[in-house]
Amino acid sequence: MTRFAIPIAIFVALLALLGIGLKLDPREVPSPLIGKAAPHFELPELHQAARTFSERDMLGKVWVLNVWASWCVSCREEHPVLLDLAASGAVPVYGLNYKDRREDGLAWLKGMGDPYKISIFDFDGRVGIDYGVYGVPETYVIDKSGIIRYKRIGPLTPEIVKEKLLPLVRELDRA
Amino acid sequence: MIPELGQVALSLALAASIFLAATSFYGAQRSDAAWMSFARPAAQGMALLVAFAFGCLVYAFVSNDFSVLYVAQNSNSALPLQYRIAGAWGGHEGSLLLWTLMLGVWMVAVSLFSAHLPEDMVARVLGVMGLVSGGFLAFMLFTSNPFDRLLPAAPDGRDLNPLLQDPGMVLHPPMLYMGYVGFSVAFSFAVAALLSGRLDATWARWSRPWTTVAWAFLTVGIALGSGWAYYELGWGGWWFWDPVENASFMPWLTGTALIHSLAVTEKRGAFRSWTVLLAILAFALSLLGTFLVRSGVLTSVHAFATDPTRGIFILALLALVIGGSLLLYVWRAPKIGLGGGFEPLSRESFLLANNVIFASAAGSVLLGTLYPLALDASGLGKISVGPPYFEKMFVPLMAPALFLMGVGPLARWKKASLPDLASRLRWALAAAGLAALALPFAMGRWGVMVALGVLLAAWVAASGFVQLYEKVRNAASGVSAWTRLQGVPRATYGMLLAHFGVAVFVVGVTLVKGYESEKDVRMEPGDTVELGGYTFRFDGVRDVKGPNYVAGRAQIPVTRDGKSVATLYPEKRIYRVQNQPMTEAAIDTGFTRDLYVSLGDAVSDTAWVIRVHHKPFIDWIWGGCLLMALGGALAASDRRYRLAARRPREEYAVAAAR
Repeated sequence: MTRFAIPIAIFVALLALLGIGLKLDPREVPSPLIGKAAPHFELPELHQAARTFSERDMLGKVWVLNVWASWCVSCREEHPVLLDLAASGAVPVYGLNYKDRREDGLAWLKGMGDPYKISIFDFDGRVGIDYGVYGVPETYVIDKSGIIRYKRIGPLTPEIVKEKLLPLVRELDRA
Repeated sequence: MIPELGQVALSLALAASIFLAATSFYGAQRSDAAWMSFARPAAQGMALLVAFAFGCLVYAFVSNDFSVLYVAQNSNSALPLQYRIAGAWGGHEGSLLLWTLMLGVWMVAVSLFSAHLPEDMVARVLGVMGLVSGGFLAFMLFTSNPFDRLLPAAPDGRDLNPLLQDPGMVLHPPMLYMGYVGFSVAFSFAVAALLSGRLDATWARWSRPWTTVAWAFLTVGIALGSGWAYYELGWGGWWFWDPVENASFMPWLTGTALIHSLAVTEKRGAFRSWTVLLAILAFALSLLGTFLVRSGVLTSVHAFATDPTRGIFILALLALVIGGSLLLYVWRAPKIGLGGGFEPLSRESFLLANNVIFASAAGSVLLGTLYPLALDASGLGKISVGPPYFEKMFVPLMAPALFLMGVGPLARWKKASLPDLASRLRWALAAAGLAALALPFAMGRWGVMVALGVLLAAWVAASGFVQLYEKVRNAASGVSAWTRLQGVPRATYGMLLAHFGVAVFVVGVTLVKGYESEKDVRMEPGDTVELGGYTFRFDGVRDVKGPNYVAGRAQIPVTRDGKSVATLYPEKRIYRVQNQPMTEAAIDTGFTRDLYVSLGDAVSDTAWVIRVHHKPFIDWIWGGCLLMALGGALAASDRRYRLAARRPREEYAVAAAR
């Protein structure tokens, strides 16, 4: 009898593992960038190509950099969360329009609403490479001295904003 | 309107599957023919409803109905027709519908080709399959409905993932799913046998051809997927030990073990409880594969939007179907009893070794696939397990398997003799040794691993010829060799062909691994590069326009000793809707080598990075898989299974009375 129960015992252990696995997020890869200075960039803005924006302009402020693209399906899902976050005024949100066409990006923001103070335009994705972007959307929290404090790969959810992002921003604001 | 009809059809199919399971089990338990008579029509009706729903989904794709969310996510008006049809299974919801459709196809097949089986067996088998399909229909309707509306409708769709816009992807999922789902038949026979408590050799005979056919489909499906990765991903590799690949490989390994252990159970009545367990495990691993791919537990880089409730649902389904059958196994298996005994050296023991090896291989793949998850779950960090692990596990497991494959089929049942086997196989061994010495020299470089691979492949092939020769020689005298060959059953030819396919596959793997070469070069128009005796000239890149993409297409004429061999046109495509660059490799396929060119990035206005590969014998890998699958199909068509159609009822009655 016990001999024949071995398969089910293994199976139950496997189920437990898979159950725990469901709660984990395989996308949460620890980024080597956390705790390091945000890589330097100077890129044209999406709305006004003549003006440029650099991460240095933000020294002294805690801010959020969100990587997005009009072709990205999950960005659509994430968008309302970003709109809420921007509307709450808790932290300024800046966008990095990644490997997109300018007219597509502008049309997307026009149609869906624009949560970003400024969106910068990274046509060839070079800045994305510096930031280790491997999928869109991704979100970074950068502190007053320009250090990356948090990185989220994949769409933000209301829970993540409430439980992780906002407490971190509050803490960094006090520092 | 049409999508709503599809939705209604799915709901009705769910009702039909519940009705099927309830009436069949009730009828079989009470031996009530009236209740059991519902099984066949209910199964066929359910399958028809699912087929109708599938038709509705394809119609929504073909007619560009972007008010259906799933269509809007996976299609586009500029997408060519064949990919709009294939788009129906290009995403999660449609894959599930295809899965259920395939299950329906198998149920109809069982309902049609089961006239010779006892009614209660048919009812139980279809009842189990009905339960499984009910689970999947519920999963679809409650968490993953392909017919969900998007209101207001999207002006156009987001397009099918460009990686999937490929002829290989049109065929790969249906083949793979036919294999995955086909194991549900063997599973259902095993569960039905456990339920009825009659676990003699007869159920093994009934489920044997079904298992072999499912295995053949799975073989083709995996080979197609591998071929797709080879030319579509642009790296020139053919197997990556990616979790999704492993998910399809585990049922294949278990299924291979099952085919062999079914042979022992049918012929000798041995391995009974083990065979039942394997039948359960092969399908369990198919379901686990679905779970791993669909739940997001081991998500791949590009699949961002996964829904955790789906994971929980599949996990519950897995627990119910597999946990339930394993519990049934604990309860019934001790009563199965042992079959015929056998000596340590006998065909049974060789097949036992086969089973141990293939089960270990499946176990090691499972371990490698889940190990990162286990570490993550216990908070020990994130790692990934890659090809080095799997290759280290596989070579030592498969080398003895190949050796035994040459001996096993020649060994007698019950008791074999070592001197006898050695003398029958001495020529095969000599031929294999000679090939291992000579072939690597002919290829230009002798290496231990290459020699080992060639030795084993030649050994398998040569021992196959010995088997065939003995069949002819041992027949009655005065009969022509041709007549004797005709007298050999198809099942034997099938086995020989499949084993020969393994030899061909091993040759391909060995020679590619041993002699492939590649170069990454920056080329200006007019530049040439030499590789494997071929000269590739880069004639520049010009722009071309496809239906839904723009591409840079390079022209690369290939010559050998001044004579033209082929002109290759690798492309770098940008698919307009998703703005995703894709590498379209160009391949000149040959019997003894592939020339493979992929286009990298432009480094200046005229210069490009070009990657050229020379891949000796790589097509033998897929050719070998095809031969294995053909062997399976041939074996399953053996007249023994059709002739035996009339007999089992009586045998079964006798067995039941015992």
